[in-house]
Amino acid sequence: MKTLYISLKIFLFFTVLTGIIYPLLITGIAQLTFPAKANGSLIVKNNKIIGSELIGQRFETNIYFTSRPSAISNNPLPSGGSNLSLTNSKLKHSVDSLRGEFILFNHLDTHAEIPSEMLFASASGLDPHISPEAAYLQVERISKARNLNESQKMSLKNYVSSSVNYPQFGLFGESCVNVLLLNLELDQHYIQILHLN
Amino acid sequence: MKAQDFIQIFLFFVLLIGLTPLLGNFMYKIFTGEKHILKPVFGWLEKLTYKFSGIDPNEETNWKSYTFSLLIFNLVGFVFVFLIQLFQAQLPLNPANLSNVSWRSAFNTAVSFMTNTNWQGYSGETTLSYFVQMIGLTVQNFVSAATGIAVLLALIRGLARRTTDKLGNFWTDLTRSTLYILLPLSILFALVLVGQGVVQNFKTYDTVQTLQGSTEVIPMGPAASQIAIKQLGTNGGGFFNANSAHPFENPTPLSNFLEMLALLLIPAALTFTFGRMVGSIRQGWTIFKAMLILLVIGLTISLCAEYSTNPIFGNLHLMEGKETRLGITNSVLWATATSAASNGSVNAMHDSLSPLTGMVAMINLMLGEIIFGGVGAGLYGMVIFIILTVFIAGLMVGRTPEYLGKKIQKFEVQMAIMAVLAPNIVILLFAAWASVSAPGLSGLNNAGPHGLSEILYAYASAAGNNGSAFAGLNANTIFYNLTIGVGMLIGRFGIILPVMAIAGSMAEKKITPSSAGTFHTDNWLFIGLLIAVILIVGGLTHFPALSLGPIVEHLLMNKGITF
Repeated sequence: MKTLYISLKIFLFFTVLTGIIYPLLITGIAQLTFPAKANGSLIVKNNKIIGSELIGQRFETNIYFTSRPSAISNNPLPSGGSNLSLTNSKLKHSVDSLRGEFILFNHLDTHAEIPSEMLFASASGLDPHISPEAAYLQVERISKARNLNESQKMSLKNYVSSSVNYPQFGLFGESCVNVLLLNLELDQHYIQILHLN
Repeated sequence: MKAQDFIQIFLFFVLLIGLTPLLGNFMYKIFTGEKHILKPVFGWLEKLTYKFSGIDPNEETNWKSYTFSLLIFNLVGFVFVFLIQLFQAQLPLNPANLSNVSWRSAFNTAVSFMTNTNWQGYSGETTLSYFVQMIGLTVQNFVSAATGIAVLLALIRGLARRTTDKLGNFWTDLTRSTLYILLPLSILFALVLVGQGVVQNFKTYDTVQTLQGSTEVIPMGPAASQIAIKQLGTNGGGFFNANSAHPFENPTPLSNFLEMLALLLIPAALTFTFGRMVGSIRQGWTIFKAMLILLVIGLTISLCAEYSTNPIFGNLHLMEGKETRLGITNSVLWATATSAASNGSVNAMHDSLSPLTGMVAMINLMLGEIIFGGVGAGLYGMVIFIILTVFIAGLMVGRTPEYLGKKIQKFEVQMAIMAVLAPNIVILLFAAWASVSAPGLSGLNNAGPHGLSEILYAYASAAGNNGSAFAGLNANTIFYNLTIGVGMLIGRFGIILPVMAIAGSMAEKKITPSSAGTFHTDNWLFIGLLIAVILIVGGLTHFPALSLGPIVEHLLMNKGITF
């Protein structure tokens, strides 16, 4: 009985300490020091939140860079991957058809090498990044859809290469570009042509 | 693989090895009551804990009442987490208006977090309120890890002390582990994670108008505080469904590296603490080396498997279920570390790993979570294998087996065998049942041998208190909720009880001084024997099942066969 009594009290104590005070303390410090990050790295345009820098969005029209395939159609509730095994015929079919679609959509050569992250669904279904190679492959198609001239196309290419996230400290992770940020830039600086079109 | 991949792996192991004596020494000071730097900072909190709870910190108990306190405390935690899930809709901090959880899912989750498994049959962002995540689950993340350390400390005292029945005080071990190790490390780590972009707020989910004009709901919550302890306490239960693959849980390669390091840190450092507490740092490093070797072997096999080509996908990089920013090397390193460490968080979907990589993860679970393993749990599990190794070596040379000067006798060997059998029985019996019954088979996401792998992985994860999954398996059914729930209980307490019994019986023995005839347990010969015993026990138990799952899948994949 004494043990149960102690258990209840110490459990209550730790619940208050680690379940209430600890998260509140972290929230407090986080909101003071990194408010934007603690609140989801949200992107605001014209006073409206249009998304989070970290959460990949779905892009289906030809005027935008496309994101990685998502097993959850980029709907974050709940996040997740396809969980298909390599020997699942559905995965093989999906890779083949995604390759075909990517080639067709971007007017590429049928034997073009497509970066594999564009053929395989991400783990979270919300991967905000693609490889720089996958972005370069889409520049031509976007330029055409937005009616960009040669110099604008060059500047877009340069923009892509300047926005590559290289491995952190030259060490950790892979080179990648953030699709939503690229597309925001498109709407910011490459939009006038679209209206003329 | 690029040079940069090797550098990342190298750096990971250098930091792990370098931090082991630092943190290990610090923990030694805490557990032996020596002065340490956090005593002035949190000492008052420790005193307050004892005063509030009515604990006499100087009172030491025998193994039975130590275990009894542990069980009652865990039971209280279970009941609380179970109940708040059943009534979360009536409780505060539920901005997403999530409904009450079903009793079977609540049972599974409560067992899961109490046993340090953190298997998740549910999806965090669509099932549990902030209240449950914080006040229920975050607390269990702390105290289940502290419980593991407490059991280890009792075992160490049993080995180090002579002719006594006193193994320490469960409440002080629990309190010190939480206040001086888990909490300060979590505070630091959570803030670093927020700096990298992990969310930490109490906002409602944001509904946003996306760039191309559709709507997207962005989930929020106090994630960083839970993720820090989920990694450090080898818990592994994600705030979001995709766990550490979710960009809000693991936004950058740096956060990824640190989360990976955090999940092995305390289990690795405890080997050093062990060495110091039993009076021989060499003994601690011996265990560390055996664990490290097993980890590196697994990692090597996994990397080779994941980077090799196959006739189905040609030379494509296998990016299914992996994140672009993390890439293949980091996903494989994480998969190996998380399965070895009984952590169970994932940054890639294990179901989509190549068959042999998935198998290595599965073997790490099946060996009993002793390759670093859970906080505390990995090391006491390893001591079980050490007892077996010493016993077998003793049989071979015809001498009474001893470990650290303590005779290993019939009782200890019986208990050790029980601790080895308990999780293996769970894996084999439940997996066999699931693979021949309709409710078991209905949960499968993949056909062919991979279907068996999904089932095997689930019960190996439950029995090893790991919590990672071949997540295609729909485990949120009454069959899986209950069988996995029971499996986790057996996997946890089926080992803790025999370990505590061993601790009690060891404490009462005399310490024989080492002589010329003593079989040394701190050299490479012993490391080799220990690894051999681990692999033979694991291999004999699980090879038949593995050959029908991942091994045959690998062979079929290399013939280009799909299902």
